[in-house]
Amino acid sequence: MLRRSFNVLMLSAALAVGTFGAAMAQDPVRIGVSASKTGPLAGGASGVLWPNIKLWVEKVNKAGGLKVGDQMRPIEIVEYDDKSTPEEAVKNIQRLATQDKVDLIIPPYSTGLNLATAPLIAKYGYPQIVSTGNANDLEQFVKRWPNTFWLLGKAQGIADGIVGTLKDLHDAGKIGNRVAVVNVSDAFGLEMIKTGKPALKQAGFDIVYESSYPLGNQDLAPVIASAKAANPDAFIAYSYPPDSFALTEQAQLQKFDVKAFFVSVGGNLNAYGKRFGAAANGVLIMGGVNASDPVFQAYRKEHLEVTGQEADWWASPVAYASLEILQQAVEHVGSLDKKALNKEIQSGTFKTVIGDVHFENNINNNNWTVAQWNDGVVHGVRATGNLQGAQQPVLKPAWPSN
Amino acid sequence: MMNIPRKELLALGAGLAGVAVLAFLPLVTEGFWLSLSVNIMLYAAICTAWALFSGPTHLVSLASAAFFGVGTYSVAIFIDVLPFPALILIAVVAGALLATLVGLATLRLSGVYFVIFTLGLAELLGQIVTWVQTNFGGTIGLYVFTDFTETHLYWMLLALTVVVFVTGWLINRSRLGLALRIIGNDEAVARHVGVDTARTRVILFAVSGAFIAVAGAIMAPRYGYITPDAAFNPMTSFLVVIMALLGGTRRLWGPLVGVVPFTVVMDFISGHFPNQTAVIMGLAFLAIVYVLPDGVTGQLETLFRRRRSIDKSLLAASAEEGR
Repeated sequence: MLRRSFNVLMLSAALAVGTFGAAMAQDPVRIGVSASKTGPLAGGASGVLWPNIKLWVEKVNKAGGLKVGDQMRPIEIVEYDDKSTPEEAVKNIQRLATQDKVDLIIPPYSTGLNLATAPLIAKYGYPQIVSTGNANDLEQFVKRWPNTFWLLGKAQGIADGIVGTLKDLHDAGKIGNRVAVVNVSDAFGLEMIKTGKPALKQAGFDIVYESSYPLGNQDLAPVIASAKAANPDAFIAYSYPPDSFALTEQAQLQKFDVKAFFVSVGGNLNAYGKRFGAAANGVLIMGGVNASDPVFQAYRKEHLEVTGQEADWWASPVAYASLEILQQAVEHVGSLDKKALNKEIQSGTFKTVIGDVHFENNINNNNWTVAQWNDGVVHGVRATGNLQGAQQPVLKPAWPSN
Repeated sequence: MMNIPRKELLALGAGLAGVAVLAFLPLVTEGFWLSLSVNIMLYAAICTAWALFSGPTHLVSLASAAFFGVGTYSVAIFIDVLPFPALILIAVVAGALLATLVGLATLRLSGVYFVIFTLGLAELLGQIVTWVQTNFGGTIGLYVFTDFTETHLYWMLLALTVVVFVTGWLINRSRLGLALRIIGNDEAVARHVGVDTARTRVILFAVSGAFIAVAGAIMAPRYGYITPDAAFNPMTSFLVVIMALLGGTRRLWGPLVGVVPFTVVMDFISGHFPNQTAVIMGLAFLAIVYVLPDGVTGQLETLFRRRRSIDKSLLAASAEEGR
């Protein structure tokens, strides 16, 4: 009896050593992340970036690991908080590159922190696939740092999208040419209005009301009241999450009925659909997805299962796509050689949750710019480049009485 | 010929040797340790500059972020039209000017009113910059692209720290320093013996503000993309106060004693517990306040004094015995 237990013990010990040894044989691929966990950017990062990293790592490791050449190697994440400041972000990248000597880097959240860390990431040669930042003059960054890749495309395309949608509606005789446009006065809102306003004028629209409000301003009742008084056919808000919600709420309260009602960042959040329910039907938002694509639907389901939170209708799949691109670049190249990876990302085509991605001069020119809420789901209605699956926009029905 | 005590000459020699050693650091390491050293050097300069004013006057200023931001923007606005040294000069003038204006408006206030005002200052300036750029500039982010590497930034910050120290030492030896010490000990007495307290404070506030602005200017190239939130980040003000108080503000080198361990420990915490940093930081602050109310230098001095008094009593005791 005793001997038998002893034998079992020995056997299991041998097994344990065996599996341990096998696990050791597969060196993990170490991937460094420096992004915000605290500070003003933490909200955005923990909604968009961190959950997708978690989902991706879990999925890849479950499937046996990252395929590097003929090896399947598990992914190990080394993560740091940049506290939403450039100093910490820079230091973290240094630590990842020279202390932890990670194989790959997932860049930070936001345009500002991506630009602050770009010189260092370039110095160490890692590919920097930016999924949460953009600007108008991306070419100059690409020239400076040829290892940066801009998945969201240029800011210009995003600002112009809604103008194109309105023009289509106007040309079809569905709406008049009176537009009210407001913007949040911060980096994003200004960048958008700078290109959006001339585009509206050029398209022949009459801007009947225009105003800006400071970031963090929650009392937007006067803005909506003045916009309503101007009696426009369409309303455009280049807005951020808190004000996207507040503007919608006020419009509903004051029965500000227009045929096209557009809000920007924040309208893409799942919480927006939950908050406004049926009232959100017909609301136009910035960004978007191809909601009828089964790949995207499967992604949304997995995102909820693994992270416990819902993916949004614009930024989440883009963040996830940046990780898929990194993964496929490694698989295509068959090694972790940074130079070869950069070259592959510059020229290759990648199958992702946002469709096939191919960078032109390091910029992705195929992006959803406008989408529309319909019964708790967001459908892309307009895109730059050649994205498929756009639906016809519908005129917004009157706000339901609450 | 200046009459310099021997002890200070020794300190000067040690300081020079230290700076010489530190200047060689980038030749030894250029990765993570250099980045960490840049952060240490940055806070060494800012905290010492902060203590130049707040140490002797006992007025806690939370305006560091405001001066820092002004320096950062001095560079961001003019980077394309002027050479970098000129931008540093602009930062000096802008920082000193801002400090003078604020000083004239508030230095007759004391205690908590001054603290609250300085806290609001960074926010106010951030909003003004946003407003100006909204209405006249067209964009909010400004790009600062230079060819500076971390090594350059490190050397510039080291030089700045040296200048701050020399200035502090000169002030201590001057009439201004004497006046400040009297104000710090008892303001009523200072006024009675004829010290123009408001003027003295404004001058010192301007000196301190100008230095912090220069630190901001030097850091602008590292940010790359300057926005009001990043440049006028209120966290800077708080970190400066915490580090300087940890070190102690009674000596010129006091803040330095706080900056080095604080930065290293915080870095260790954020490196090993990235998800619990805020909690551990909070506990660390509590511990500092309870264990070291006078800062590291204050604690050292107390220990030193106690030992000296023990020595004295021993001496007295042995004298007693010998009798």
